[in-house]
Amino acid sequence: MDRRRFLAGTAVLAFLPFDRAAATPDSMAEAIRKVVGDAVVREERVKLDMPPLIENGNTVPLTVSVESPMTDGDYVKAIHVFNEKNPQPNVLSARLSPRTGKAMVGTRIKLGDSQKIVAIAETSDGRFWSASADVIVTLAACLEEAT
Amino acid sequence: MANILVNVPKTAKRGDVIEIKALIMHPMETGFRPGPNGQIIPRNIIEHFTATWNDSEVFALEMSPAISANPFVSFFAVATESGTIRLRWTGDQGFAVEEQVAIAVE
Amino acid sequence: MTGLRFGIVLATVFAASFAFAQGGDKRRSGYQDMGGALQQMQDDDTANPGMLFVQQGAKLWEQRIGAADKSCADCHAAAGASMKGVATRYPAIPSGADMPVDLEGRINLCRVDHQKAAPLPPESQDMLALLAFVSRQSRGLPIAPSDDPRLAPYREQGREIYARRQGQLNLSCAICHDDNAGKKLAGVTIPQAHPTGYPIYRLEWQGLGSLRRRLRNCLVGIRAEPYPAGASEYVALELYLVNRAKGMILESPGVRP
Repeated sequence: MDRRRFLAGTAVLAFLPFDRAAATPDSMAEAIRKVVGDAVVREERVKLDMPPLIENGNTVPLTVSVESPMTDGDYVKAIHVFNEKNPQPNVLSARLSPRTGKAMVGTRIKLGDSQKIVAIAETSDGRFWSASADVIVTLAACLEEAT
Repeated sequence: MANILVNVPKTAKRGDVIEIKALIMHPMETGFRPGPNGQIIPRNIIEHFTATWNDSEVFALEMSPAISANPFVSFFAVATESGTIRLRWTGDQGFAVEEQVAIAVE
Repeated sequence: MTGLRFGIVLATVFAASFAFAQGGDKRRSGYQDMGGALQQMQDDDTANPGMLFVQQGAKLWEQRIGAADKSCADCHAAAGASMKGVATRYPAIPSGADMPVDLEGRINLCRVDHQKAAPLPPESQDMLALLAFVSRQSRGLPIAPSDDPRLAPYREQGREIYARRQGQLNLSCAICHDDNAGKKLAGVTIPQAHPTGYPIYRLEWQGLGSLRRRLRNCLVGIRAEPYPAGASEYVALELYLVNRAKGMILESPGVRP
């Protein structure tokens, strides 16, 4: 058997889904696949700004910026953010146009664990770009009841 | 009447790309959290945010339960002409609020 | 992880330079123990979630309520002038009384005595909004507790509570916040516990809360029975803490993890 195919096969085994009501690297990959399909995703042009060490996962500042002239002929039309270990893999989806002027979105998100965050940008020519960040969360969100 | 804090410059030069920041008070209850009695508190989040400039969309954001409570968003828009920037939030339990800001573009 | 290393270097440099600038005062606000992103969140009035409560408080300030049909503004006019410095002086003993009240207690005294309205329940939305609005007017000013000699026994009560071991974990406030401040507990830097930002927008609450709420969290944290709402222990503790923090700058509304 072709050695590369064998190794790819064992890699798939590592991602067999197990029964957990939480996002996994596998469900994040699936959520990303729903957006990009089979397209190549280039790890360029996107900057994902998050504090590397997070004191509290309930409110984590996040900024995604994409290098783009934002002209009628060349602009970012969408920015998506995904996570690996929250109860579900989607974080946000932003819709932009040349009227947005600058491809930069800032907000605050909840993170339930130390994990990888992925930002994907779709440009008007149908291409996809990404950046990711590995963050450490000291105190997780979604767990504590109100005190 | 929702509690909203919007930051938009009062004036801009035509063609400037201005930053808009908005904060809105909302619990953004995820639907994953147990309450004091052990039962899951039902989901209650804002799902859609849109910004229009004289009724043309300049930005939109789909939020998930992963967005923090009292959601904050910052984004940009090209100053095309004077008029009204309208921000609209809609979500669970029939939540629908709007905030308008006037801007003068010279 | 270069990002993490860079963040640690940045924080250390900032802390070192700040300590140097203090010229020997070793006291640090919880602000200094936070990362840059949270410090920025606090500093930017257009992005600090506590400002949502300040805005709400500004509206309540103008509202005529109660049998007297009076608003705060009717007596105090513009809060920017009349409330400047007020939050730095509490807890204090109001005229005609002999026990100290915290700022929330003072707001309720106004409501009951002057507006002839019902007092606001503790930690209620309206109370927090007014508290945030009034405290905001003292931002940037040094904490300046009243030197009323009648406060001495209450301050002493607060000091005694602070030093006393409590709860199933048998810890006193002093053990963490005096002896071990600056060290890590479950990955988080233990702050010195100066009430420089109250009422704070606490990320853990995803909302605004008073010092009393934070003290309740501490008590639950060391597995002690929290004092009942309205207990004099909270005012006594706060009195001790503001004296311990005397001269430090008020940051209200602060952001804290």
